[in-house]
Amino acid sequence: MSSRDSILNKIKSNQPTDLNELPSLSFLGLDKIDVIETYKTVLKGIGGFCEEVNSIEEVKAYIATHYPTAKRIITTIPEFGDIAETDWTNDDPHSLANVDLSIVTAHFGVAENSGLWVTDGILGQRVSPFIAQYLSIIVNKKDILPTMQQAYERIGNLDYGFGTFIAGPSKTADIEQSLVLGAHGARGLVVFLMN
Amino acid sequence: MKENTIDHSHAAAIFNKDVERVNWHDQTLWFVRSKRDKSAHAIPEWEALRDTASKIKFNVLSNMHHYLQEFEAKAKENGIIVHWAADGAEHNKIVHSIIAKHGVTQMVKSKSMLTEECHLNDYLADNGIEVIDSDLGEFIVQLRKEPPSHIVLPAIHLKKEDVSNTFHEHLHTEKGNNDPQYLTEAARQELRNTFLTRKIALTGVNFAVAETGEFVVCTNEGNADMGAHLADVHIACMGFEKLVPERKHLGVFLRLLARSATGQPITTFSSHFKKPREGQEMHIVIVDNGRSTQLGREEFRNSLKCIRCGACMNTCPVYRRSGGHSYHNAVAGPIGSILAPNLDMKKNADLPFASTLCGSCTNVCPVKIDIHDQLYKWRQVLVKEGYTPSSKTMAMKGMSAVLANPTVFKIAGKAGRFVIKNMPFMVNNSMNAWYNQREMPAPPEESFREWYAKRAKESKDKK
Repeated sequence: MSSRDSILNKIKSNQPTDLNELPSLSFLGLDKIDVIETYKTVLKGIGGFCEEVNSIEEVKAYIATHYPTAKRIITTIPEFGDIAETDWTNDDPHSLANVDLSIVTAHFGVAENSGLWVTDGILGQRVSPFIAQYLSIIVNKKDILPTMQQAYERIGNLDYGFGTFIAGPSKTADIEQSLVLGAHGARGLVVFLMN
Repeated sequence: MKENTIDHSHAAAIFNKDVERVNWHDQTLWFVRSKRDKSAHAIPEWEALRDTASKIKFNVLSNMHHYLQEFEAKAKENGIIVHWAADGAEHNKIVHSIIAKHGVTQMVKSKSMLTEECHLNDYLADNGIEVIDSDLGEFIVQLRKEPPSHIVLPAIHLKKEDVSNTFHEHLHTEKGNNDPQYLTEAARQELRNTFLTRKIALTGVNFAVAETGEFVVCTNEGNADMGAHLADVHIACMGFEKLVPERKHLGVFLRLLARSATGQPITTFSSHFKKPREGQEMHIVIVDNGRSTQLGREEFRNSLKCIRCGACMNTCPVYRRSGGHSYHNAVAGPIGSILAPNLDMKKNADLPFASTLCGSCTNVCPVKIDIHDQLYKWRQVLVKEGYTPSSKTMAMKGMSAVLANPTVFKIAGKAGRFVIKNMPFMVNNSMNAWYNQREMPAPPEESFREWYAKRAKESKDKK
């Protein structure tokens, strides 16, 4: 017998004979919170920056001011074509090793943990938000949801190859519990909340 | 990495020799526990979440046979190659065969306690494959040829001076520079090169979704993603209990996991891998290694609900004061002490006794595993099966003979009081572990029974 079949047989004979019901989730995530304020507070708490903006131009101005030395900027957003490369999505992912800043949009954000949901469809390449030294994510203010409960309701049964919640810059506290931003992924994250 | 074969209490005694360091270890972990509390208390429905998570896992355990097949079918549909491993040895062989097929000799790995459990690194090293652990804590302990001492915080037993010395030796960082920022940057530079040059990346799995065939990997550092998205081949290894029924259930677990682990609202990255990227090969290795046996032990079945947050370790007064290495098992602390005897009863018979049964572990567990009850129950099983030391069994048998017979009890009590009072050296010596860091109270002049008899006589005389 294959390991697969022997494992499954053993599980079948050892699992409880009665099926335990799945609980309902409908009562979760209903606590009233100020979604935007919570989002901003949580993001700040985990080392991210938040900028409220009204236009793409404002984002460009912020980037020009804050990343003046950035040599290589990449994006999947056509409107940023004048300040960033857009023709890299079919390249070998290793060729992104020298990217200073990556600019992407997120499908939505989650107030309770400041996570932003992105999928390979809008990332261009899966590695792009990780390999860049710095990361900027644009999300519509109206797309900030209260909790993960609403997040998965929103995702529903959408198909993707890869998706991730990004909450703040990459970090570690593995050396004596001292928080250090910029472990292996982006050293800094700015979230632009678009009005 | 040599196996630590010293039993928990002896290993703990060695750990406790450096009082200052033990105090620091204790306080560091308590600090993490406090952050967990602060984070949990900020969620009004925290208890409802724990309850729901526990029930979801209970459903999974009772329907595992179905969910695993559903997961396998969906994963295959998604283009993932699925393997099954009955034990650690088969798991290691499968991983090695994938590496060998691609003709490479190097692999980058993100944190996976399962591969620690299976001793994958040793196996691959013996077969000429170099593995680099990319989680910073794991990278540090790997350089030091030590196992991780904590499932979430692998290098929690080390001080920054230790890390500085290790990095100076291996990465040629400045001697005496103990700045965590500087040391982390050195590791970042070193490992970035590793990520960019490895063809194969192995990751663990935090959750696998039966409904969709996807799996979720949570990290703060982004190391799992850096490895997986740059490699030609991604191997993900999971114990079969990582399953959740539907995608929406992830919401419950992701709300609990990081808050319970470190007090963060969520890990920086919660990556959902559903299909390999174009041109990439993706493998999942589903591992049993004793889990199906544990599933059949009704009293210990709930231990399979564990989501490896480490909260039970951070809160455990014994773990905090004995250190993760004392548990000589990939998963240390209270939950490890329930899982370990299932893997090897003889080797791990000491672990369920490494607890005060205070119940703090049970109180913080995000999936409501009755950890301290299970520790207590394991003790009964281990004694019955004859795995406890004969000195303990003899002492218990002697105690039970004394307590069962009033006359013997009376004589023993009298003798005990006499000895403690007149010949303390007979009991207070190095042979008697009760006197380690402990003084016995002064023996009373008389026993309760003597006092009671005397009192009855006196009141009778008064009349």
